[in-house]
Amino acid sequence: MSDNTNSPSATNPSGRWNPYLVGTALGVLSWLAFAIVNTPLGISTPISSVASFCVIPLMGEEAVATNAYWAKFPFKWNYQTLFLLATFLGSLVSVLASRSFRVETVPAVWCERFGRSSSVRFVAAFFGGAMIMFGARMAGGCTSGHGISGSLQLALSSWVFFLTLFGFGLITAFVLFRGPKCNT
Amino acid sequence: MTLPLTGETANWLAIPFGFLFGFLLHRGGVADYNVIVNQFRLRDFTVLKIMLTAIIVGGLGVLVLHGNGYAEYHVKPANLLGVALGASLFGIGMVLYGYCPGTGVAAIATGSLHALVGFAGMLVGAVLYALSYSWIEAHIQNVATLGKVRLPDLSGIPDWGWFAILIILAGIVFWFLERKSQTTA
Repeated sequence: MSDNTNSPSATNPSGRWNPYLVGTALGVLSWLAFAIVNTPLGISTPISSVASFCVIPLMGEEAVATNAYWAKFPFKWNYQTLFLLATFLGSLVSVLASRSFRVETVPAVWCERFGRSSSVRFVAAFFGGAMIMFGARMAGGCTSGHGISGSLQLALSSWVFFLTLFGFGLITAFVLFRGPKCNT
Repeated sequence: MTLPLTGETANWLAIPFGFLFGFLLHRGGVADYNVIVNQFRLRDFTVLKIMLTAIIVGGLGVLVLHGNGYAEYHVKPANLLGVALGASLFGIGMVLYGYCPGTGVAAIATGSLHALVGFAGMLVGAVLYALSYSWIEAHIQNVATLGKVRLPDLSGIPDWGWFAILIILAGIVFWFLERKSQTTA
């Protein structure tokens, strides 16, 4: 992994839709999800189920099956896991249709501050990914399950989640990005 | 046909619904690390515009559906210590990773290799949570528990009042953001 920075992503690549239109469409998608399948949008539960499946070679089938948490969400091809797979496919079709597929190892904003090392970027992404999933499981949902589906039901837990996440995100971004720019 | 659908029929609908979800995340620009991190740096408000619009449009529709018996609420329990600690970790992690779980999955499809590495991190985070679940249940999830409460239950302000507040707040924020982007453009 050496210098492998790609061209900075354009601020407004072709094919991007108006954010209010996208928000409205996600809201309408929520109506359908509530009314037709009685299942609010959410994506961190199936990621946890996939993790339980992936860890079988390390932990053994017995330990995974008897884990008190995974016993509640055992891996199977159910609504949630199909939704996760379809989310990937939906994005992929949008990417291909807008011809915006581009291999990115170090994004522009990160590169500007921390340099073009892909290993440094990968370590941060890995730990960040681990933190959001641990946090989402502890909170009972993520930006979709709590942030959109929970907030739109005016759930107390979801508004606490949304506001706390935003507050800590702002502080983290301030601390991480206030330093000098990296000369790349 | 009676709604909601259940069983295998419902499972098949996960495919168009998830597909639309992923498609919209990418079209909205939030499958891009720079867009998400710049939201937290207050330089790009795409994430907030999408989320607030989705909450208001989605919430008003679900309120009407619920009022007419066409939708059930699925309120997550307010274990406030667990929610607050989890959200804190989530907020820090989201800036480091540059994505949340849904946008991370959508970003892998755009060719983002660091989104894929972070997805591996997500799997590890999920395993660590499952392994510490019993301890967390016994020591954290039972602190400051208010149950599956909604803001109208707590406050005496009815549902429509909350949506009126949200619409006014979002309207002011959106108006300010659009005016600012016009003057700088």
